[in-house]
Amino acid sequence: MKFGVIVFPGSNCDDDMVYALQGLGQEAIKLWHKDTSLQNCDCVVLPGGFSYGDYLRTGAIARFSPIMETVSQFAAQGGYVIGVCNGFQILAEAGLVPGVLLRNTNQKYVCKNIYLKPYQTNTLLTQGLQTDKAYKIPIAHGEGRYYAKPEVIKELKKNGQILFSYCNAEGQITEEANPNGSMENIAGVCNATKNVFGMMPHPERAANSLLGNTDGKFILQSIFQMANA
Amino acid sequence: MKFIAHINVMPQQEILDPQGKAVKLGLKNLGIGGVEDVRIGKHITVAFEAANETEANEVIKTACSKLLANLIMETFEFTLEKV
Repeated sequence: MKFGVIVFPGSNCDDDMVYALQGLGQEAIKLWHKDTSLQNCDCVVLPGGFSYGDYLRTGAIARFSPIMETVSQFAAQGGYVIGVCNGFQILAEAGLVPGVLLRNTNQKYVCKNIYLKPYQTNTLLTQGLQTDKAYKIPIAHGEGRYYAKPEVIKELKKNGQILFSYCNAEGQITEEANPNGSMENIAGVCNATKNVFGMMPHPERAANSLLGNTDGKFILQSIFQMANA
Repeated sequence: MKFIAHINVMPQQEILDPQGKAVKLGLKNLGIGGVEDVRIGKHITVAFEAANETEANEVIKTACSKLLANLIMETFEFTLEKV
């Protein structure tokens, strides 16, 4: 599978993402935000970072980068797009996934390992996961509080668009396990057609045993497992 | 015609504003009592040219709803000044 990782001004997890994907035997290249070609990538990844210095709102300016027009068309045709952290914020601002990411309720930038519980296993990102397992993945954000109108949340549940919820090490979804005040502990969602994915946690930072955590591998592997099937 | 738009963008009423919450505490520490609520938004000015006031209004509405504010979490209002 060929991955294209978009580099916006201020992206800082682009190298990590390319490294993690290549480490899993995938072809991964970088795409510059001012270009308009996706160079025949099968999956586009918007990495973490602080695109445009987080000015105005996180992701608000990056969504108007030239390449985003092509990304929107690609997504509309069913192409796979994944946003991690700031990438998720950009996708939300672009309206490619529902909801927005607000400033954390605890007024802190939270950088730590959390646990994730997959909601279902019928999407590209969750295909290879188990819903009864808690995956340890790091987060690092100041604006990760997922918010959408209650009627939107209801739709997300009905359509199975919630990807992950923050949980404790035992896999229980509790208020204490919610690091940022997200509604319903939501850590990741997808669009209605289930080809655009956004998640705040960083699987690419947990894909190498040298880093002491490899749970992120399961999530990244899930992407090409399904695509190859 | 030249205009300056004075735009206010505020977090929606039902959304918790952690920045406002922190500043409320600051006011209390300053000794200012009786503060019930603090909410923080943005004030943006845009200097621009438009054919007339109607067009100027449309331009700023587009700017606000597409970029300057995110209507899922914020509201906006503006006034136009002719210069």
